[in-house]
Amino acid sequence: MHAVWTITQKELQSYFDSLIAYIVLILFLGFSGFFTWLYGSDIFFVGQASLQGFFSVAYWTLFFFTPALTMRLLAEEKKSGTIEMLLTKAVTDRQVVWGKFLSAVILVGVALACTAPYVFTLSKIGNIDAGEILCGYAGLALMSASYISIGLYASSQTNNQIVAFLLALSIGLFFHVIFEVLAGSFVGFTSQLFALLSLSNHFDSISRGVVDSRDLVYFGSIIFVGLFLSELSLTKRNLN
Amino acid sequence: MDIHIENLTKNYGFQKAVDHISFDVKPGEVLGFLGPNGAGKSTTMKMITGYLSIGEGDVLLGGKSVRDSGDELKRHVGYLPENNPLYLDMPVIDYLGFCAALQGMNKGEIGKRIREMVRVCGLNSEKHKKIGELSKGYRQRVGLAQAMIHDPEILVLDEPTTGLDPNQIVEIRKLIRELGKEKTVVLSTHILPEVEATCDRILIINKGKIVANGTAENLRKQATGREILKLRIEDGKADDIVHELHRIKSVDIVEMVDKSMNRFEVQSNTGLSSKREIFQLCVQKGWVLSELIPLETRLEDIFRNLTMN
Repeated sequence: MHAVWTITQKELQSYFDSLIAYIVLILFLGFSGFFTWLYGSDIFFVGQASLQGFFSVAYWTLFFFTPALTMRLLAEEKKSGTIEMLLTKAVTDRQVVWGKFLSAVILVGVALACTAPYVFTLSKIGNIDAGEILCGYAGLALMSASYISIGLYASSQTNNQIVAFLLALSIGLFFHVIFEVLAGSFVGFTSQLFALLSLSNHFDSISRGVVDSRDLVYFGSIIFVGLFLSELSLTKRNLN
Repeated sequence: MDIHIENLTKNYGFQKAVDHISFDVKPGEVLGFLGPNGAGKSTTMKMITGYLSIGEGDVLLGGKSVRDSGDELKRHVGYLPENNPLYLDMPVIDYLGFCAALQGMNKGEIGKRIREMVRVCGLNSEKHKKIGELSKGYRQRVGLAQAMIHDPEILVLDEPTTGLDPNQIVEIRKLIRELGKEKTVVLSTHILPEVEATCDRILIINKGKIVANGTAENLRKQATGREILKLRIEDGKADDIVHELHRIKSVDIVEMVDKSMNRFEVQSNTGLSSKREIFQLCVQKGWVLSELIPLETRLEDIFRNLTMN
């Protein structure tokens, strides 16, 4: 556990040192703030004390930003060869993967925490449904963790950061929209299968305030499979 | 902690990178790992440090197999990988702290140990800079510092002196010798004088196999076996001299190197020396023996003999 935290701290440090963290935070808050309060179907236009608008904007912005956070995590280490230095320290492959995963999750957590003033402001304007808002945040957090896990896997597959970014985005796209579209264009079992795989369905149900164990299992599985495959591809250096 | 390597083998596809090699390194010993590019030095080192899995055979560190208890054993190993990969965006001190923490050192000890490594590796003037701003020599020192930060019992150094200037090379060699008094050190290099200067024992490997194993002196003895002398004899006719030299019993081959300067090369029969006889011959004939140089086989020649085929 100690090793995991050491790696997490180091990665967080380099997020902030390399300005990635600030850029992502500013862009995320800028986008979500703009569409939540100022433009389009913003809160004043809708006229309800609800953060649904924010959640649906964040649903997309986080989708694009998480691959940018994860693309360098392993790809850079592989390219510069530091992975060899890292893995010959007294750490396991799993600890490295978890440490890096946690660092990105914490950064997204910080980004979400920065939107706390939205909730505060909204509570002054009207009566908010605390449970719904909490669930919305939980949904965003789970979704981000899933994409971080996918991004980490993409990053473990290549030593080129751009490839890692695009790979993460294209895998994510399936969960984000394509499965849902497919679910709509088929009928019967196939449709149900795709609906089950679609991340947006699960996200919607959580952010409406309904926490179903099936949704938790769904996100948990994506996170677990992503991390497992990342670890596997680190270990694979041994198999050739 | 000693290193015991037993029938170690590693294949990359059909190519055998390391082919059934076995050797031991004891504490207090510096082992020099020599070999041409692609001989399997780095692969062997990567297997010792647990970066690559072991194909066949085993690596035992202090009697424990790397296969079973790899992650626990890594704590006792300090490793400087080939090309010395470093996090260029990290300041030196932070980097050393990170490495120390990963090796499971206590928080209290880390600060003290970093100061010590900074002093030992001569990093004091650069310690607050980012690693990316350092010159190659200083980066190499950072690489050495991170390998030694947790005071490991085993040090594996893959080409530790590349990129250093001659003064630094001398310092680092001294440091390695110093460390080698108590620790088990394995280092690889291309620089042959370096092996003689730092290593107690030399291991030459070629195409994944060990072709020589012993001290520099031992290797020399094995390689030559015969005495070779370079002579210059004045005041005599070259042809006469050759003729007379041939008559000495212990002499096998006489070669005229330079007729006008009366220079010769004399090879004695195996196990015999002909220095005294040559001197006496000169006295007897009234020639002046102005040069007599025993030719030592250089390590370079041994290396070439063993690895060129």
